[in-house]
Amino acid sequence: MSKFKTKKGKGSPAINTSSLPDIIFMLLFFFMVTTVMREVTLRVKVRLPQATEVQKLDKKSLVMYIYMGPPTNAAVYGTESRIQLNDQFSRVEDVPEFIAREREARNEADRNFLTTSLKVHSETKMGIVTDVKQELRKSGAFRINYSTLKGQN
Amino acid sequence: MARRASPEINAGSMADIAFLLLIFFLVTTTMDVDTGITRRLPPPVENPDEDIKIKERNILNVLVNKNDRLLVDGKVGNIATLKDVAKDFMIPVYPDDPNHPETELKTIDLIGEIHTSKGVISLKNDRGTSYEMYIMVQNELARAFNELKDEMAQKHFGTRFDKLINEDEIKAVNEAVPVRISEAEPENIGDR
Repeated sequence: MSKFKTKKGKGSPAINTSSLPDIIFMLLFFFMVTTVMREVTLRVKVRLPQATEVQKLDKKSLVMYIYMGPPTNAAVYGTESRIQLNDQFSRVEDVPEFIAREREARNEADRNFLTTSLKVHSETKMGIVTDVKQELRKSGAFRINYSTLKGQN
Repeated sequence: MARRASPEINAGSMADIAFLLLIFFLVTTTMDVDTGITRRLPPPVENPDEDIKIKERNILNVLVNKNDRLLVDGKVGNIATLKDVAKDFMIPVYPDDPNHPETELKTIDLIGEIHTSKGVISLKNDRGTSYEMYIMVQNELARAFNELKDEMAQKHFGTRFDKLINEDEIKAVNEAVPVRISEAEPENIGDR
């Protein structure tokens, strides 16, 4: 009888943790690969509107972003909606130069597939957006994407 | 002389180091995918005085004023019914009905001869319209076209439009249901 009882009562055996680093490394590599570091610091508030008929915007390298919205630092810059290109506030007249620079940065074959993503605060008035759109038309950047969240209206 | 065994490196802290890195990347990761409504802007007009003549019956006018109110085809509109109005307008009606836009007989690969609508939805907004309202209107119009495409795909290929895989089939449906949303040239109407 006691033959089968010998192993009992000795406490549970320790779990082998030698493969733990491997598991963690696997997770680590996953996150390293999927990470996209934020390139710009937002100076304007951007609360995107919601829409249901959205398409995914893939090929992130072929997208340039234009932000529009009220400045985050309202005490200094007021509450009127502003345009942000790269890291700074800009005027509508700066848009063509921005487009030209973004084009320069891409290789020649990709230039025609550049998409402009407009990230606009939902309470912004259309006047400023229309101005930017007119500039984009003049610069030949015809593909645009109104950035929205996917949701139900 | 006995060979001394090389001291073993203690790998116990390896997990901790990996954890530290892991947490760093976890925090900095943004997994969001950019989504939005994709549109194509028209090239700039060379001669602004020259208007392209489109028959009155082929246009559905959608106006949004600075108080975010809608005017659809001369009547006060509602965002909730805009999709149905737009869809009803864009469905090709044959034989010819003067209350609907004209139709055009097209031959499209994989579908064959089909009547397509010549209707255009003209969208015009004020400078004071809020972006949120503008997106809502764009969304409703996109929904109308997507439903028409779904119906077309269902009828000819037996599946929804976004489930189509064959490039030629997608092209055929896109040709049969052209997305015609025209945005009016902005006008300066006084100062604001």
